[in-house]
Amino acid sequence: MSDVQKKKFVVTRFDPDKDEVPKTQEYTIPVRPDWKVLDALNYIKDEVDGTISHRWSCRMAVCGSCGMLVNGEPKLTCSTPLDEYGDEVHVAPLSNFPVIRDLVVDLEGFLDKFKSVKPWIVRAKEKAVEEGPCRQTPEELHAFKQFSMCINCMLCYAACPVVANVPEFLGPAAIALGHRYNLDSRDEGAAERNEVFRGEGTVYECSYANECSEVCPKNVDPAAAINQAKLLAVLDWMKSFVTPRRGGE
Amino acid sequence: MEVFRHDIVIVGGGGAGLRAAIAAVEADPKASVALVSKVYPMRSHTVSAEGGAAGVAAPDDSLEMHFKDTVKGSDFLADQDCVDYFVEQAPKELTLLEHWGCPWSRDEEGRVAVRAFGGMTAKRTWFAADKVGFHMLHTLFQTSMRYDRIVRYDEQFVTKLLVDGGVVKGVAALDVREGTMRAILGRAVILATGGAGKCFPFTTNGTIKTGDGMALAYRAGIALKDMEFVQYHPTGLPGTGILITEASRGEGGHVINAQGERFLVTRDYGVGQKAELGPRDMISRAIMQEIAAGRGIKGPYGDYVHLDLRHLGEAKIMERLPFVRTLSKTYAGVDPVSEPIPIRPVVHYMMGGIDTNIDGATALPGLYAAGETACVSMNGANRLGSNSLTECLVFGARAGIRAIEFARGASVGSEAPLLAQAQEEATRIEDLRGRRKGGEKIAQIRREMQKTMEEGCGVYREQASMHESVRVMAQLRGRVSDLQLEDASKVFNTEILTALELANMVDVAEAIAVAAAARRESRGAHACSDYKARNDQEFLHHSLVTFTPGGPHLDRKPVTITRFQPEERKY
Ligand SMILES: Cc1cc2nc3c(=O)[nH]c(=O)nc-3n(C[C@H](O)[C@H](O)[C@H](O)COP(=O)(O)OP(=O)(O)OC[C@H]3O[C@@H](n4cnc5c(N)ncnc54)[C@H](O)[C@@H]3O)c2cc1C
Ligand code: FES
Repeated sequence: MSDVQKKKFVVTRFDPDKDEVPKTQEYTIPVRPDWKVLDALNYIKDEVDGTISHRWSCRMAVCGSCGMLVNGEPKLTCSTPLDEYGDEVHVAPLSNFPVIRDLVVDLEGFLDKFKSVKPWIVRAKEKAVEEGPCRQTPEELHAFKQFSMCINCMLCYAACPVVANVPEFLGPAAIALGHRYNLDSRDEGAAERNEVFRGEGTVYECSYANECSEVCPKNVDPAAAINQAKLLAVLDWMKSFVTPRRGGE
Repeated sequence: MEVFRHDIVIVGGGGAGLRAAIAAVEADPKASVALVSKVYPMRSHTVSAEGGAAGVAAPDDSLEMHFKDTVKGSDFLADQDCVDYFVEQAPKELTLLEHWGCPWSRDEEGRVAVRAFGGMTAKRTWFAADKVGFHMLHTLFQTSMRYDRIVRYDEQFVTKLLVDGGVVKGVAALDVREGTMRAILGRAVILATGGAGKCFPFTTNGTIKTGDGMALAYRAGIALKDMEFVQYHPTGLPGTGILITEASRGEGGHVINAQGERFLVTRDYGVGQKAELGPRDMISRAIMQEIAAGRGIKGPYGDYVHLDLRHLGEAKIMERLPFVRTLSKTYAGVDPVSEPIPIRPVVHYMMGGIDTNIDGATALPGLYAAGETACVSMNGANRLGSNSLTECLVFGARAGIRAIEFARGASVGSEAPLLAQAQEEATRIEDLRGRRKGGEKIAQIRREMQKTMEEGCGVYREQASMHESVRVMAQLRGRVSDLQLEDASKVFNTEILTALELANMVDVAEAIAVAAAARRESRGAHACSDYKARNDQEFLHHSLVTFTPGGPHLDRKPVTITRFQPEERKY
């Protein structure tokens, strides 16, 4: 390659056994025009500095591992083209999460939130396999499909101003997921999930900054989900005064 | 050393591992199941599957047709009892996923829709647009959260099986976050660790598909079966190897050469009327021949041909193949609505794997395997697209149930020898950490391995180059013990993981090369230029590769043929 282009990467480094606070380290490397940000990190790891740690796997924007801040913005690094940036690119771990090491953040808290919305089909009586699949029209599928597209990449948490201030906030992805099941024609668990949504630190906490939907790489639109979930949780609560509750709840 | 105790231990949180875990706790609600995975389960590479999962659903289809398609697709190397069990369970398993919330695409009546796939004579591939693996994996992962008896060990890298008295009793695992070793004990272990595409340079597989489970079993003395059969998918994007799903052809896409000719229709490549819906081995060979004949298109990552979806129209592409459109735009810079997609054959799937019986049981009591890491075997010499997601469900569930049954009858025995082994592992890993005295870089050896495997065990294989692969892999096996590592830190040290993965891949690659060189015939995905015909007389058998300190030992095993006698494989 004659016209090899070079770029400088300013990467945040942190080893809890050595560092009090994160620091940055610079790497200037040759890049190909078709590279994504992740390709550059992998090049650094393989050829320049084996001590750098980052998560990745699918390199096709579907496993959700590779979220980082690129020049301060939450991005999936495997689908973010390098040519969108100038000669200097800053790569840092996602904001609003505790950092474990370098570019790796702690997801444990998120998975607890995730589980709290009961992200599975709840039915009073489970359908037997012999009965075959449920019917679900394309319209019924469409009602929740968008909210089932979340890859758990956590960009929305990194972007959310509420998470920044209230770390316990259930947050965009978890609420969108609970809402996805509430909208599924096969599910009967909305009352249980709405109970969760009416609790502290959930839908009412959202300030509608819409940042989550803006950074979402899969167009899930969690802000819309939160909006709808809030409305449905309130309606469900009001209904509980008017009509007797259904059996099993 | 931290010690954890469960009834069974499942290694792998992909489609097969999660399905096994759910089956196990449903079979015995009191059982405690450890689910150990080197990445968070939803990151497992099942997530990347696009096209669909096969199971008879349409009125014009039958179990017998699915059986015959699969056996014929396998070039008669599949065990027919396994295929029978598979096709029978497939619709039930896919229905279960439906009940658990998988957003399958529907027809207007609200019934689950099915699409055409390569080598299948009827429409029987269930799909959720073109993100099937993603939806299946997330459905399984989310459903698994219902069960408190499934205890997850996320980001824990298993390095060794703990075996005592000829029975497996747990695993040694490196806790990636803390950098410490732990022993996770159970009275049965299931390996569901996925494939090994990363043994090759150009693959649809993610970086985590390094054949770890195959290497774990191999090192514990279990044979790897039919390793020579490596599936090349016809349609990967040049450069990255990112997959463009076969569903693109199922929905009517055409493969064309530089002249715009549909060579699968105009020339005789053995696929007959099926044209673009022929099986993968044949289409990959056809593309390589077109390229060799100079009818490919030149590109920076080698010559390629085109997959043309333009005639499908934007509406259909957006309804059925939206992910293909995004992937093509992001990773190839083309919009399939208005331009053909550059594609070339790419390493995709391992037909071979850990030798198991129909229960997923290996020769080591207590050890089971399921999913891509296993070879039960239902794929033989060539897997049909969309059979393997279903395989993860069918044989994952069966292994889960069988492992629980085994555990019930087994005793724990003394833990001391197991903990001693785990301690030895801890020392071995500790020596590797920041091993500056070593002579060779991980990336260097990995490159050599991948290049050699591509040259020796590609779409077309020659005796000479296969033997060269065997020679180089034996040499690399020695060289991986002299790696140089830079990272001496404990917390989330990913360099040590890549070193361990590399050693695993070299073992697996060697088994592939050894089995390939010994199969002096052409069958399914194994196209040997020196022996162009299938030779049932000598080679209608499974191959087994076993580890010995002196090098791999090769053996064979009969194929189970019940009612479909081998015939010429013509479409
Ligand atoms: C791009 C692509 C598209 C595909 N499309 C289709 C399709 O449309 N239809 C179809 O039927 N098939 C398809 N396949 C094949 C199919 O997706 C795979 O064969 C299947 O998903 C494998 O699932 P698995 O559960 O066996 O393994 P995986 O999903 O790969 O999971 C392996 C698990 O093991 C864990 N693991 C591995 N090593 C270790 C270790 N050392 N310690 C701890 N944990 C470990 C990993 O963390 C992971 O959780 C596709 C494959 C690819 C690559
Ligand atoms: S590596 Fe999987 S989303 Fe980026």
